[in-house]
Amino acid sequence: MHPVLRTVLQRLGLGVLTLIVVSVVIFSSLELLPGGYAENILGQGATPETVANFKKELGLDRPAYVRYFEWIGGVAQGDFGASYSGVGGTNKREVAHVIAPRLYNTFFLAILTAIIAVPLSLFLGVMAALYRNSWYDRIVNAVTLTTIAAPEFLIAYLLMLLFALKWKWFPSLSTVGETTPFFEHLYRAALPAITLTLVIVAHMMRMTRAALINLLASPYMEMAKLKGVPAREAIVKHALPNAWAPIATVVAFNLAYLVVGVVIVEVVYVYPGIGQLMVDSVSSRDMPVVQACALIFAATYILLNLSADVVSIITNPRLLHPK
Amino acid sequence: MTEFEMKMKSAQKAVGLGKLSRRDFMQFAIASGVTISAASIMFAQAARAEPKKGGVFKAGIGHGQTTDSLDPATWSNGFTFGWGKSVMGAPLVQVNQKNEPVPHVAESFEPADGAKKWIFKIRKGITYHDGKTLTADDVVATINYHIGPDSKSPAKGVLSNVVSVKADGPDTVVFELNGGNADFPFLLTDYHLSIYPSEGGKIMWEKGIGAGPYVLKSFEPGVKLVADRNPNYFKETYFDGIELLSIIDVAARTNAYLSGEVHFIDRADLKTIDMLKSAPETELYNVSGFAHYTAPMHCDAKPFDDVNVRQAIKYAINRQDLVDKILFGYGSPGNDNPLSPSMKYAINAEPVYSYDPEKAKSLLKKAGLENIKVDLSASDAAFPGGVDAALLMADHAKAAGIEINVVREPNDSYWDNVWLKKPWSLCYWGGRPTADAFLSISLAADAAWNDTNWKNPRFNELVVAARAETDEAKRQAMYAEAQQLVHDDGGQVVLMFNNYVGALSTKIGHNEFNTDYDHDGGYMYERWWMA
Repeated sequence: MHPVLRTVLQRLGLGVLTLIVVSVVIFSSLELLPGGYAENILGQGATPETVANFKKELGLDRPAYVRYFEWIGGVAQGDFGASYSGVGGTNKREVAHVIAPRLYNTFFLAILTAIIAVPLSLFLGVMAALYRNSWYDRIVNAVTLTTIAAPEFLIAYLLMLLFALKWKWFPSLSTVGETTPFFEHLYRAALPAITLTLVIVAHMMRMTRAALINLLASPYMEMAKLKGVPAREAIVKHALPNAWAPIATVVAFNLAYLVVGVVIVEVVYVYPGIGQLMVDSVSSRDMPVVQACALIFAATYILLNLSADVVSIITNPRLLHPK
Repeated sequence: MTEFEMKMKSAQKAVGLGKLSRRDFMQFAIASGVTISAASIMFAQAARAEPKKGGVFKAGIGHGQTTDSLDPATWSNGFTFGWGKSVMGAPLVQVNQKNEPVPHVAESFEPADGAKKWIFKIRKGITYHDGKTLTADDVVATINYHIGPDSKSPAKGVLSNVVSVKADGPDTVVFELNGGNADFPFLLTDYHLSIYPSEGGKIMWEKGIGAGPYVLKSFEPGVKLVADRNPNYFKETYFDGIELLSIIDVAARTNAYLSGEVHFIDRADLKTIDMLKSAPETELYNVSGFAHYTAPMHCDAKPFDDVNVRQAIKYAINRQDLVDKILFGYGSPGNDNPLSPSMKYAINAEPVYSYDPEKAKSLLKKAGLENIKVDLSASDAAFPGGVDAALLMADHAKAAGIEINVVREPNDSYWDNVWLKKPWSLCYWGGRPTADAFLSISLAADAAWNDTNWKNPRFNELVVAARAETDEAKRQAMYAEAQQLVHDDGGQVVLMFNNYVGALSTKIGHNEFNTDYDHDGGYMYERWWMA
């Protein structure tokens, strides 16, 4: 079997196992947390009687393992169940329907950010490796390290202050909906995308730089230099192909972060993404939604890591064509 | 009033009615000797003063969750409560600015049999958003939805003394209570109780179709709600449409207001309120309401079982300091009476509990104690700044020989596991319309929310008697005595009354505000207009 295919199949099998473990862990931690959905929704208005009625309506009066197996049985058949928030009415709020628009928004923002951030950091990284220890290198390092070190919300507020309040180039609210036209969505998502770009560029850019500089010390790069290959060409043609593996790993890691970890940026810009949905659902113990979000997050990590590994195999002839 | 003032007044009125243009008004005013800038301000005031139709009102609200639902039994936050008051829903009774109940979906109401029976006449010809007519059966079905045996609605507790509700003919509904209640119409102003269409005795809330001033257009839980004016609404409403945006982060909310994305924000950040106040075209929405923050002590737990200890603690807390530091001055100190001073029947009970460590010490001595050490369970879930307030209280009480150990409790599940369970905790109470509601909801011995475990037979007697009493003077006397008892003997430390503070664009016109709840009592969508 081809090594790429084998890796993919192996990883996918392990991935399914991981997902099951994740679902058990999330389910039991939700069970362990004090309070429940009924108590949280009713707040101060929770009397033992109303809570009992609410729980009965939700089916929460049954033992936890019964609910878990019922749920995972549904998932195996592609049914993620219904959010607790639609219970009692005739139109259930299917988890898929709750999550789909949020997931779309999250992917929209993640892809938009990636389109800006990945080429930018590769370019900055290659240039930094090329002109290492120059003023350019130092300034790029200082700036990107500052933006990664500053908390996300601070960057978000600063950008909002400048671009939304002072110069009024962009809106301060990024509330988008299912009916928002594409270009308005783009316009409203611009500030969050810039914020996230500032947050992730440093990591990718420095990895690119480090991987390249590491290679520049190897004998074949010296050979290239000795035979008269210009510095720029040496890096792009000879060093970069061998640096893809570590770069791909870091890029995958940052892309995963864009999908699962941007809740603060979502809150500050009021961008309806999946992070906010998950936080809300955890705090109100809306188990079906939390579980579905957790599975999506875990799957995102698994798939992105897998693609990073595939990239490193493909770019490495020794792994691609084993003896 | 001089002749000039009268003329100016009528000119302003003409502006308000749209009969006089800005140019004509300015010419008139300047000819009368008013400066240009003064005339311009007068025009703006006049133009705002009279309601007119049009415009889309956008509100940035500091509440809202992805689990919000159109089910009226689950409404519990600032995003959803307005729906039942003046968006999709219309309840039987509204509260007016003077805090009196006024008929709404009901045309009139009257008590019978010593206020044990209430007869509501339903307004004729009210239609729902889908064109169906509102009937007495719908009213019965709505009430039953909340008080029925399977109900999960918080309104169940509010209406606990309703024995039965029946339709009597097509437009009359009769409520039977288990005891007289002169304030009963107030209970029906609750935001859960807006009337919904019904079929076979079951209400249909799923589509958000009610009889209220706005027709639901779209709703994304935790994000926004959009609604258009209901052209067939049975009362006057002004905006063409409204948009409610859920903006939880206070800085984001402030920025949304400052950049003009919304006309109104609630729960303004008090730390930066001076900056917000000076923003252009901004009116501070600052309403001192009935809501308050409390620190309930369990009167059956040591050492709070001694009234001297309770009083010592009441004297050992510097409430003005709490108002200054936790509310930044936007509130007023409490005096261990849950009724706000502006409320009907409220008294300012003597002696006023001001900060007096010496007095606290002498009270402790009277209880046979020198120093005491008590735990105070605190969390920001109880009210914003709860933990800071508890630490300040610990600092104040030190001087009186009372050592308060602040236990920081998790925000999650605070209401299930801490409040009502721990001997001393923090709590808040929102707006409730009547003296009876405040006194019976948490202080009566049998109340589900008796968070002080205070059982005072005389007090219970008074509250029940006053509830049914229709003679104003007697009622006043009974409530005064009941409040004095709470103040002297109860375990409720009323720390402070918090104002509702927000920012409102001067583009929005309004009348006097309601004080019972935030958002102009929840009626802002119906009452305000685009100036």
